[in-house]
This record gives sequence, C-alpha cells and structure tokens, in this order.
Amino acid sequence: MRKDLILHLSALSVLLLLELLGIFSDYHQGNFARILVLAAYGVGYNILFGYTGLLSLGHALFFSAGLYASGLSIYHLDYDIGQSIIFAIGISAFISSLIGFLALRTIGVSFMIVTLMFSQIAYLSILYFGSITRGDEGFVIQQSSRFFFSLDLSNPTIRYYSALLIFSLCIFINLWIAKSSFGRVLVAIRENSDRALMLGYNVQSYKLLSIIISGTISGFAGACYGILFGYVGASFATVSYSIFPLLWVLIGGAGTVLGPLVGAIFMFYLIDYASDITDAYMIIVGVSLLTVTLFARRGLLGELRYRFFKWIP
Amino acid sequence: MKKILKANISRRKLMKGIASVGSIVAMPGFVSYSQAANSSPIKIGFQVHRTGIGAAYGRWYDRTTQAAVKIINDSGGINGRPLEIIAEDDGTDPKRGAEALEKFANQHDCDVAFGTLFSHVVIGSAPRAGELKLPYFVVSEGHHVASGMLNRYTLQPGITDVKSQVQAMAPFVKDNLGKKVTMVYPDFAFGHDHRDYFSAAFESQGGQIIAKVPIPPTESSFSKYFPKIPRDTEVLYHVMVGPAVLTFVKELGEFYGSKGPKLFGFIDSVEAVDLSTPGLEFLDGSYFWEGNPRYAQANQTDHDKFYRNAVGVDSNGASVSDPKDVSTYAHMFGCWETLHIIKKGMEESGYSGIKDRAKLIEAVESMTSMPLSQAHPQGAKIFNGKTHQTFGHQYITKMTNGKLVLAHTTSIEDTFYPDEVDYTKQSF
Amino acid sequence: MDLGPYLLFASLEGLVHAAVLSLIALGLSLVFGVMRIVNVAHGEFFMLGAILTWWVSNFVMGNPALGFLLALLIVPLVVGIIAMFSDLLILRHLKYDPEVTIIATIGILYIIQQFALMTFGPDARPVEQPFNIRLDLFWFGFSAYKFFVIFSAIILLFCVWLVMAKTKFGLILRATQLDSEIAQAFGIPISTVYSLVFGVGAAIAAVGAVLIVPIQQAHYLMGGEPLLLAFIVVIIGGLGSLKGTVVAAMLIGISDGIISVFFSPNLAKILATLLVVVVLLIRPNGLFRTIRT
Repeated sequence: MRKDLILHLSALSVLLLLELLGIFSDYHQGNFARILVLAAYGVGYNILFGYTGLLSLGHALFFSAGLYASGLSIYHLDYDIGQSIIFAIGISAFISSLIGFLALRTIGVSFMIVTLMFSQIAYLSILYFGSITRGDEGFVIQQSSRFFFSLDLSNPTIRYYSALLIFSLCIFINLWIAKSSFGRVLVAIRENSDRALMLGYNVQSYKLLSIIISGTISGFAGACYGILFGYVGASFATVSYSIFPLLWVLIGGAGTVLGPLVGAIFMFYLIDYASDITDAYMIIVGVSLLTVTLFARRGLLGELRYRFFKWIP
Repeated sequence: MKKILKANISRRKLMKGIASVGSIVAMPGFVSYSQAANSSPIKIGFQVHRTGIGAAYGRWYDRTTQAAVKIINDSGGINGRPLEIIAEDDGTDPKRGAEALEKFANQHDCDVAFGTLFSHVVIGSAPRAGELKLPYFVVSEGHHVASGMLNRYTLQPGITDVKSQVQAMAPFVKDNLGKKVTMVYPDFAFGHDHRDYFSAAFESQGGQIIAKVPIPPTESSFSKYFPKIPRDTEVLYHVMVGPAVLTFVKELGEFYGSKGPKLFGFIDSVEAVDLSTPGLEFLDGSYFWEGNPRYAQANQTDHDKFYRNAVGVDSNGASVSDPKDVSTYAHMFGCWETLHIIKKGMEESGYSGIKDRAKLIEAVESMTSMPLSQAHPQGAKIFNGKTHQTFGHQYITKMTNGKLVLAHTTSIEDTFYPDEVDYTKQSF
Repeated sequence: MDLGPYLLFASLEGLVHAAVLSLIALGLSLVFGVMRIVNVAHGEFFMLGAILTWWVSNFVMGNPALGFLLALLIVPLVVGIIAMFSDLLILRHLKYDPEVTIIATIGILYIIQQFALMTFGPDARPVEQPFNIRLDLFWFGFSAYKFFVIFSAIILLFCVWLVMAKTKFGLILRATQLDSEIAQAFGIPISTVYSLVFGVGAAIAAVGAVLIVPIQQAHYLMGGEPLLLAFIVVIIGGLGSLKGTVVAAMLIGISDGIISVFFSPNLAKILATLLVVVVLLIRPNGLFRTIRT
C-alpha cells in the first residue's frame, strides 16, 4: 500500500482505538469530538490556502452557512438530520460558487479583504434577520432533534465516532485531491500561477473549483458542528472563526492533509494547559505562535515533511 | 505534572477549600469539620468572563463570588463540607463556554456549574450542561431560561430576568414621566428584549412608543443617532451596554444640554461608571432602573450593610480600596444569592455527591419564597420552580445631587408574566 | 431635526471619525506599502496609544490640557519604539514572508492585548478632554474639541505629506516602496528603513488614539474595529497611495455617518460593506493604485 495511505489510515486508527480501548478519558473524548469537527473545517480551509495558495480571511462565512442552513432547517422546518446535512451541503456549494465567482476578480491582498467583507456581510445579515436566526444569542437544537437513524448524537461515544467519521471523510477527499492531477495543478497555481497559465491551464476555473470544494467542506463541517453540539449562534460568523482555521493550518502545516488536525489539537491543548497555569494564557498562546513562526515556519507537519519525510501529502 | 502545576496556582482557583481539619482549627467562629461525615470539598465550577467583552462584569462577579464563598465557609460550609470554587475563563464566547462546562464535569468532577452573565454564552453552554447532566446556575438576566429554550439542568434562581424588569417599569414611567416614549437600545438580543417587552407593557397601559432607535452594540460614537429622537418625545428610555456606555451618556448630555425630554434609563447605561465624571451633570433629576441600588439608601438594611462589607464595596457602590472603581452593583448580587441558594438546595436535598444532582435540582425547584436576608440582600424573591426563574423587587432611583436616591420599589407581583414552560415535566 | 441640519451634523461627526481613521489607516498604509506585510497587530498599537494616554493623563495633576499635551508628545514615541522592537526581535527574522508574518503579528496581537488586560484591566476608562467647550451651531450643539481633532489630523497629514514629498527620508521611503531591491542596490539600508517605518506607522496610529481617547474611552479591546476599517480604507484607497488613503478614509468616515441617518444600523453596515465589495470588484487595486498587488 502506498506510504501516505498507510500514514493516514494509521492516524485515523489511532484515533479510533483511543476511544475503542477506553484510553480516552471522558474529558479528552469530549475535547477530541470538538477538535475533529473543527479540524474538518480546517481541512476545507487548507484546500484553498495550503494547496491553492489563496488566503481567504472570510471562511467563517462558509462554516456558518452550513451551520445555519442545517440549524435553521431543523429548527424552523423540522428537517431530520440527514435532510438538513444535504441541504447544508447544497447551500454551502451554492454560496461558495457565488462568492468564488465574485471574489476571484481580485487577487492577493484585495482577495483577502473581499473575502473578509463577504463574511462581515454574512455576520451582519445573521444579526439583521434576527427574527429568524435569533441573532447574536443564537438558538439551541434540542437533544430530541439530534437523532440520526435512532442514534442519539448527543451521546458522547456516538458523537465521538460521528466526529471521527466526518473528519475521515474530509481527509479522504483531501487525500484524493492531493494525489490527483487536479490537486497537482492547484499546487502549480500556488507555486507560480503565471507559469501555470502559460502551460495552458485555465487558472481561474481551477481556482473557482478549489473555492467551491473548500467552501463546501467547511460548510459541511459547520452543519455537523451544530448538529453534534446543539448550538447555532452568530459568534461562529465572526472574524475569529476565520482566523482559527488559518492558525490551525499554518501551525499544523499548510498543504499537508493532517496539518489542520495537528494544528487544531495543538491550539486547543495549548490554551487548555495555559489557562490552567495562569489567567493570562493568551500571552502564552501569543508566545507559542511567535515561536512556531520563528522556528517551525512551515508548521509542525510541514517541517517534518521538509526535513525528513518528503512524501507526506 | 498537572498536580504540581495546580499546587502553585492560587489565582485560578478563587478559593481553596479548607480541606484539612488542622488548618481550620485556627479559624474563629467555625463549625468543626471533623464532625462532618464527608469533609471533601463541594466543587462549584465558576464560568467567568475573564477576557472578552464581558471582562469588566466578570471581575466583579469574581469578587462577589469570593466574598460569598468566604462567608459560607466561615459559617460551616455546606452540610459541613467546605465550598471550593474552580474558575474557568470562557472568553465571553459560547464555544469556550461549552468547553469550560466540559472541564468542570469531566476534568474537575465539579458538583455544579454557575456564574455566567452574557446570554449568548449561556445559550451556547446550556445544551452541554444538559448532556453532561450538570446543574447549571446562571446569573444572566436573560429571558432564555424562562422562555423554555434551555433544559431542566439550567436554572436562574438568583437574579431576575429582563422581561420581568422591563414590564414592571411601564406603570411608573407612564404615571410619572409621560405617555410618549422614544426608546434607545443596543441592536442585539438584549436590546430587542427591552424593545419588545417594554413596548408591549407600555402600550397595554395606554402609553405610546413613538420611536425606536437601535444602536449597533459595537458603536463607539452615538451622537449621530440622537437626531432620530422625535421632538415631541416626552420620555427618553435608554439602556446601553459595553465599554462605550460613558461616551453614550456624555454625548447624550452634549446633544441635549439642559433641554430635552425626561430621561428614564436602565443602570446598565452607567453600570460601573463614576457618576461624578464631568459631563454627567445633566443626569440630575432623571430616573434609573436599578437591580440593586448602588448607593446605600436611608432605609438600608443590615443585610445590605453586611453584603457591602463582605464584598469590599462602600456606600457609594465603589471599591473600598479605590473610590473611582465603581462596581457592577446592579448585577453582581446575583452571584451571592445564587451561591446561597445552591447551599440551601444541597442542604435541603441532603446532597452528598454527584449522584444527587437531580435531587438538588428538585430541591431548588420546590423553593418558592426567599425572604430578604443575609442570603438575599437585594430583597425578597419568589422563585418559580416550573420556569426555573426567580422574581423580585425592582427599584427605581432618581439622580439627586450626584447620587441615586430610591424613588419607587415595585411589588414582586408587578413583575410577573405568564409561564412559558414547565421544566419540571421534563425528565432528567 | 430637519434633514438638512441632520446631514450636516452627521457629516461633522463623520469627519471626526474620518480624521482618526485616516491616521490609523495611514500608519497601516505606510507599513503595507513599504514592507509589503499585513500587520494584524496594528489595531493593538492604536489601543496601546489610548491606554498610555490614560496613564499619562492620570499621572499628571492639574489642568487636563497639560496631561493631554504631554501624552501627545510622549505616547506616539513610546508606541513607535515598542513597534520597532517587535520588528527587530521578530518580524525581521521572518524575512517578511507575508503569510508567516500574519501569524507572527497575530501572536503579537494576543500578547499586547493580554498585557493590556493584565495591567490596565477590563474596564473602559475615560480621559478628560483638554478643554470642554460646547459650540452652539444654531441647529445643534457641537463639541469644540471635536473640531480640534479634525484640525490636528489635517495638520499631521500635511506634515506626513511634507516629509514624504520634500525630505530625503521621504524619498528613501518612496524608493523602498517602489522597488526595495533597487533601493538596496543604491545603498539604502533596507532593514533599518523597515524598522523605522514599522515604528512610524504605529506612532501615527497612536497619535490618532491620543486624539480620540478623550471622546471615547480607553478599553483593551478597542483595537479590533479600527483595524478592520483601516484595512478597508487602505485597500480602497489603493496600496501605497497616501492620497488614496486619506480620500478613502474621508469617504468611509463620512458615509458611515450619513448612511446611518437613513437606515437602521445593521442595514447601514451591510450596505457600507457591500459598497466596499463593489469598489474592490470593479477596481481590485483600489481607487488610486500605485502598486499592483
């Protein structure tokens, strides 16, 4: 079997066994369920940023599009879980196509700002239509609505396995893309888009497709987050939730499949342990970020790939 | 490694429970813990806003909680067991709030969680509390608990909610100030609650809301909104929150000078603001809703005196160590009272450990009247076990010579509204 | 209030806003233009300026004007030095790689913000205005200090323009902005220039903070919103164009005030943001482009 496939299957198996063998305490099991869904969001972000080289500052738009699409459909329209997820995927795909089409008229720094602006509009719209979305307070998806084929998704064990499944799905999509010719063109565009253009590739189409895939995966992660954790709120559409995936990806390793997971785990436990030591834990986080940028600027996994294991996708 | 780290931390844990018998013996006026069957501490997870937009309130919630815990422990703790607070910062963020509850339940084996103020954090955390079967006592003022949105594990027995506060104001405003009201409020859920509940109550009394002026909660300059207030406004109803409240009130003063409509504001607009700040002179003669009157009144009760002394607040509602450091007096009493309610609930249910959480909730649900006492210095309360929400007196004060003087106290019945949920019918 | 005076009032308020915004954005634009990096911590330097102003004015007894003047002299200097240090210690070693720099500046943001929280505290604290005169402009009252803010900003912008256009230092900056490699070939010490620019950029934002803090309060989270607006201003105005930055700041500051006259705040913000998007889609390099992104 290919080395990379073995690597990723092993990683997933480790996560599976930690739970199956009961090595995970309740506390870490709960944390990892959260981390895995958020890492799936990071995987979506990574496709656009790590592989295609486009830095978006507005991915919270896609995450919350999926979150609200599924949440609102359950809350107001009584959709069941399966229907709401499909609905959310559809909405995310539509929105990413629209935003991608518009935003790709700009490049570089303007692209960053335009994506930021779009996500601001989304956030403000959530507040504006507060009578439907319940604005900044958000709303609860009751436990009774969170059943998938008689599986109670609020049960910690079921939730963990669901999160693992969701993450695995996104990982395999990412792996498949990374190894495909489509993925290679994305990397080529990242490295030198003018040259890719000269080689005859329709760079804009590839970029658009990348945005659509990235946005849809992010939206899928958002929908799953709302369903698994029972809360939909406007705070997920704020700038912070656009910065988080950027942080996870950069710390874990941009352009690596497992990078977002590594980054998400790192950030989560860094904040967790730092807040045990001091109230000023954000300083510790800040210092860690500086340390990573100074000494491991390709990200943890990225450095590993660069120095030792060049085959990590 | 974690244990070593914890031994050095005294910041994160607000009050280290007095666990060993030996150290207690030295303290005066205590009940001997050695008589208790179980002397391990009762752990309460304190979900506090240490960072983020709620940090200014969180700081005073912290102080009040520390004071209440000390009082409780000095008089023997709960069922002979000392009370230990485990505090986690939620960053005033719903996701972090839910994660904090996770820590309380799964990492620290807390018996209950308590203390959240901002509504969106409560709503974001409550589902997790329900799943973890962790009793979650919030001190939020939000109507979310009583609305039925949350679950049987979430309760708000120590502070009244916005709906009851606002609707109790309507009769006073109409009878004493005027019939035509313009409302100025922040354009988010808290402000919308004010807008909706006050309009309904005021209009049902025969009054008229002639204009509603929403202001973005992140706004830092307010003058440009004031021209929207119609000229024939008799009463300007204002409530503002956030770091810019002082600017709001100052610019209101700049805009109107000494002319202008009568003012009725919620103390939120000047919560933690020193009323002697230049620019606030125009507030003289205006009225405020206060959850708990900041200035000690002529009829100050011994309980209020005791409470102020314990928390470290003077008769002007400011810190005894810095008269310019004004407390969030209208809200923080909720922490004090809630901790005392938790104590009472645990004692009445014979709470011995985590397996008794449901019994604790049932004991609290069966509470009704909470008289004015050391445990309830803000005033008497009536708790509605079905909706998990408490109701109490609301105070209206008038700014007179730079201080807020009590002008009216509503009855508790004035603040009632029909039940919207019955949590007692839900299973655990 | 009738529509005419209301618009005038909103415009004046908007001008105050625009004045401070132009200073913050100018600092960002300088850093952007010369160093080609995105400084996410720029808003925190602004916040530092406000907090330090409070310290200074609290320290100085007597006439608030004294404290204010002292702050105006000292605070930008201190903030500029702090910024220079963060460049020397951190950013320089990252070789100004755009993506890594963003992460590093996010780290700096966290550190500065938390430091402010630890020392200054979570409360918003007021600073007394140096003078308290209310001008009666027939239809409405207006604070004389606000006019002073607008006036001061104009003077400072003029000074910056003077330095950029007429002095050797300004020439060096413009050269570095145009093409840093060639500039280096001409013997310009790029790394020193970069540190200086980073410091000056932060210092200019700090001046904006000193001016605005007697109107607003100093609060440890006050850097977020100005950062967002400053980014918008810089992009719309066009990277590297100081004129563009000022024009865009005026546009955004004043239109924000005027739009809120007609629409509810949330809708007004949505429309304003949409406007920004439209401008960017039509002119991706901003209104006054001098550098292609």
